[in-house]
Amino acid sequence: MNTYAAIEIAVFFVILLALVKPLGLYMARVYQGTPCGLNQVLLPVERLIYRLSGVRPDSEMTWQRYAVAMLLFNLFGLLAVYGIQRAQGLLPLNPQHLGAVSPDLALNTAVSFASNTNWQAYSGESTLSYLSQMLGLTVQNFLSAATGMAVLVAFIRGLTRQKVAEIGNFWVDVTRSTLYILLPLSFVLAIALVSQGVVQSFGPAIDVTTVTASTDAEGKPIQTQQIPQGPAASQIAIKQLGTNGGGFFGVNSAHPLENPTPLSNFLQVLAILLVPAALCYTFGDLVGDTRQGWTLLASMLLVFVPLLALGLWAESVGNPRLADLGVDANASLLQSGGNLEGKEVRFGVGASVLWSAATTAASNGSVNAMHDSFTPLGGLVPMLLMQLGEVIFGGVGSGLYGLLIFAIVAVFIAGLMVGRTPEYLGKKIEAFEMKMAALVILIPPTIVLAGTALAVSFDAGRAAVTNPGPHGFSQILYALSSAGNNNGSAFAGLGVNNVFYNSLLAIAMFGSRFWLIIPVLAIAGSLARKKQVPISAGTLPTHTPLFVVLLAGIVVLVGALTFVPALALGPIAEHMQLLSNSAP
Amino acid sequence: MSTRTARPLFDPPIVKRAVLDSLRKLNPRHQLRNPVMFTVFLGSVLTLLLFLQALGRIGGESPWFILAISAWLWFTVLFANFAEAMAEGRGKAQADALRKSRQDVIARRLANNKLYEMVSSKDLSLGDIVVVKAGELIPLDGEVIEGVATVDESAITGESAPVIRESGGDRSAVTGGTKVLSDFLIIRCTAKPGESFLDRMISMVEGAKRQKTPNEIALDILLAAMTIVFLLACATLVSFSHYSVIAAGRGTPITLTVVVALLVCLIPTTIGGLLSAIGIAGMDRMIQANVIATSGRAVEAAGDVDVLLLDKTGTITLGNRQAVEFTPATGVTIERLADAAQLSSLADETPEGRSIVVLAKQKYGLRGRDVEGLGGHFISFSARTRMSGVDLEGRKIRKGAVDAMENYVKESGHEFPRSLREQVDQISKAGGTPLVVADNGQALGVIYLKDIVKGGIRERFAELRRMGIKTVMITGDNPLTAASIAAEAGVDDFLAEATPEAKLNMIREYQAGGRLVAMTGDGTNDSPALAQADVAVAMNSGTQAAKEAGNMVDLDSNPTKLIEIVEIGKQLLMTRGALTTFSIANDVSKYFAIIPVAFASTYPELGRLNLMGLSSGILSAVIFNALIIVVLIPLALRGVKYRAVGAATLLRNNLVIYGLGGLLVPFVGIKVIDLILVGLHLA
Repeated sequence: MNTYAAIEIAVFFVILLALVKPLGLYMARVYQGTPCGLNQVLLPVERLIYRLSGVRPDSEMTWQRYAVAMLLFNLFGLLAVYGIQRAQGLLPLNPQHLGAVSPDLALNTAVSFASNTNWQAYSGESTLSYLSQMLGLTVQNFLSAATGMAVLVAFIRGLTRQKVAEIGNFWVDVTRSTLYILLPLSFVLAIALVSQGVVQSFGPAIDVTTVTASTDAEGKPIQTQQIPQGPAASQIAIKQLGTNGGGFFGVNSAHPLENPTPLSNFLQVLAILLVPAALCYTFGDLVGDTRQGWTLLASMLLVFVPLLALGLWAESVGNPRLADLGVDANASLLQSGGNLEGKEVRFGVGASVLWSAATTAASNGSVNAMHDSFTPLGGLVPMLLMQLGEVIFGGVGSGLYGLLIFAIVAVFIAGLMVGRTPEYLGKKIEAFEMKMAALVILIPPTIVLAGTALAVSFDAGRAAVTNPGPHGFSQILYALSSAGNNNGSAFAGLGVNNVFYNSLLAIAMFGSRFWLIIPVLAIAGSLARKKQVPISAGTLPTHTPLFVVLLAGIVVLVGALTFVPALALGPIAEHMQLLSNSAP
Repeated sequence: MSTRTARPLFDPPIVKRAVLDSLRKLNPRHQLRNPVMFTVFLGSVLTLLLFLQALGRIGGESPWFILAISAWLWFTVLFANFAEAMAEGRGKAQADALRKSRQDVIARRLANNKLYEMVSSKDLSLGDIVVVKAGELIPLDGEVIEGVATVDESAITGESAPVIRESGGDRSAVTGGTKVLSDFLIIRCTAKPGESFLDRMISMVEGAKRQKTPNEIALDILLAAMTIVFLLACATLVSFSHYSVIAAGRGTPITLTVVVALLVCLIPTTIGGLLSAIGIAGMDRMIQANVIATSGRAVEAAGDVDVLLLDKTGTITLGNRQAVEFTPATGVTIERLADAAQLSSLADETPEGRSIVVLAKQKYGLRGRDVEGLGGHFISFSARTRMSGVDLEGRKIRKGAVDAMENYVKESGHEFPRSLREQVDQISKAGGTPLVVADNGQALGVIYLKDIVKGGIRERFAELRRMGIKTVMITGDNPLTAASIAAEAGVDDFLAEATPEAKLNMIREYQAGGRLVAMTGDGTNDSPALAQADVAVAMNSGTQAAKEAGNMVDLDSNPTKLIEIVEIGKQLLMTRGALTTFSIANDVSKYFAIIPVAFASTYPELGRLNLMGLSSGILSAVIFNALIIVVLIPLALRGVKYRAVGAATLLRNNLVIYGLGGLLVPFVGIKVIDLILVGLHLA
């Protein structure tokens, strides 16, 4: 890694942390319904939406009703995306005249975008019409993100309210998340991206004659090239801000028209972590103690930064076996050095690894480099970040409520250690909360491990692997880790557009999203009914550096210990082989 | 019973019984109660079957390796059983002692026609009236309706001094199994046979009716979830390993024995194996402190208490007031006052009276005299006159409450001096009780009787404050007196002129604010408040109603015990938390011991992860996992030490010891075991 990359990463953290408070405060105001600055413009729109849809914004819901509203809303979105894909051949805005998407792929994509995963078993430019991209995927990009934020806000209400059954109104939370937060941010980012050269048009793909002739895989000469077009910038903005990650084009943000310059790259990677980081402050503000929010953010960074450093180190050193072949991979005046296979030269090792860590820490999943080509340890970092349960930043809203569940477990164990019934923010953590928290923590690893076991046990699962040895295992484990934690990042290299993987991954994505939200809302409902225990010297403080370490420790121990044996057979074995010079 | 505090941790008879019990507890039905240990139990059975299968096979895994693993898995189960049996054994030994006093006795049941019939205590029923004479055992719990007698309650309390039981008032409750020493009592039975206090106490100390407490249930859920997750990780590992063998083109898949060994090492067996022992030991510690809790839930709640309501008298102050100063009226010498005060008190056997004699001697060198020998006649205190004194050589010396004495002085034709009035007010304001002394109707001065705050109690309250517990003093005194004593004792708040209703309301108020309230009480009028409080300790000397309303009974009838009870509750929770942390932290090292070996045939390169340089990592990890349970039994039984420092410090200390320790200790432990195995040529 060179100096420029180091500076870029430093600047990235400074800007990210500087934006946490202003954006966090803004979002807190939005959810409290107090003036936030955009009211004059947006309040009439908000009221109009309620009037048109018949929502009574002041009628609140119990956790069960909230959950039902959330499920129905997402089911409707899922079916709509499925329908649009299946019917896209008949619908307008289809200049490439693309036909209907196959049922299994359409289902996989619909679940993928409804669950904020954005796993893509297709290439956008050759599969989906502009209408499908805009009306189907972009809309879901907004709404699935808003769903995550709504559930988070409902959970926070559970922590702050006392002796009530209601935890808010789902429709209001979703509307406000979209209207006041995601739309304005996306608008600004889309304009900025267009300025950098990201395409935004309704025109058909452009056929051009190549400057230099080349040949394809079969040796036939290639003289023309198709340059895809489309309303990309508007979709990419929300893809990053809503931790969706679904690219407009097949190779996602590695594509020059999706992410053309280092600046567009910087803005996009910033947008990936922006909202999840700022929500920590929103949380602190809403619970009336901003230190609580900073603590959560610090815990995230405590896990994120060392893993990022490990990735940077692994990719900068590159593959030691290449040196044996006389290849110079060291950084010098002539090259940025490191492992550049699968990376865009305009980004280099630094920006690629930063992206890979950010996109998997947050449940974004977009890529600007091919993780399959990373060194074993470089590939282990994004895989592990997903396996931690997408709570290190995580999805917008979903990451923080996931971390709050881990906080409840941490408080439970630590609370016992100070000799009291554990309590978090004054709410007693009892058997019901533990039962639900156990579900939240159990479900993703269950899906990932059982899914991987299924895939390696069936021919259909094994056939998709394109590498021998531990790397092939990593490909499968990565795909399931991604779907089973709603990330959507692909290792690349695994052939996943078939009925087996489309179905398996669709089930994984659906389960790990909605089966988690229900217990999370159940905890919110249970906490809302409880009295708040006043703070005393005997209360476990949850805003101290010690708690930061404890929470990070619990996330790593509970989240990662489960995957150690599996990782040993994948990236760890591969890394050891590299070191041992004894790969078959 | 008096031996119960002195019993050593590993008492040989208890250990012997526990060893047998741990074999008896291998019953699958018993194992099923604990999901973590049941998993280990299944693993032991499975590996045993694998051993038998391997015996008849050539090649493959060594049957002796499987047997070794299986044996240590069985030990793991047995050690956990042993821990539980040890904890129970201590209670059982006590129960045996208690049972001896629960013999069937022949009771005299009073029939309608005033004659009594002899029936066995088993056949008594609620409401029956029995007569118990000196030397006989009281057949059942009851209430004295007639008579006064001394009763030996040592079977229950361990206190050998007899106590007085009489009808009416707060000393009317008697307990079945205690012995009447003098006189006789007529008792109405208030419990059915088999449901008496003694019966409940026996089942409590035996842990027979032990139900899981709320925190224990929550922890159980967490442990079960972790067990499931690791079960899943290990079960899927079989298919991962199969795939890896195909992908790498060499080696053999991981064996079932290794999978089971890995599973048992990963699931939280340390806390799982010790969990019920910790709970039982917590109850046992209460019993050591001579407190009988009606449920484990109450013990646990004690750790959560935020507010302690403490009665002033007997808890914060010594039961009796003491004379601290003589203040003469104008024109009277202090010596004359002291002399009169002493004379009036020489025959006064009340503690206040004695303290006056002591003060007169210490400050004015007045030696005790024999009043009777001087021909004096002692007038004892009565509720009507509210004064006491002595008639001696034509002098009538009196001392008593201010208003009573004022009347007496005036009736005798003297003035009640204004200066004295001021003195009296000053003493009242300072929280003291003034006693006026008069000689032949002339007011000589005033004695300052002071409530004496118990030594060390102020420090105790400061300690409680550090624990985050608020102390509230309850007293019938007026607010002025109460405030001054509260300030002196260092309590956080006080309730003056307390009535039972005021107490009840105060508890409700605190509870509405989300706090948990603990209190002690003994009288029947305390019962509503006791029933409302979250932790309610009834004094054993108290009434039956109070004992019924509370959820703990203090056999020593010592109100300060509440503080100890809180500490025991906290210790119980802390021990669970500490061992859970330790158990989870242990897993890291076990991966380093097992993973490099488990896949050695497929990916020998993973041998680089064998940081400890173990030659038989799997067996060593399994042995460590079993032995650590035994090593930690004393900790589970004694509990993690509680120190009254804030929660933050407590967490830091415990995280360092049990978190960091849990991370590092097994690295050393496993290596040592491995070295021993190598030394014995077993590896």
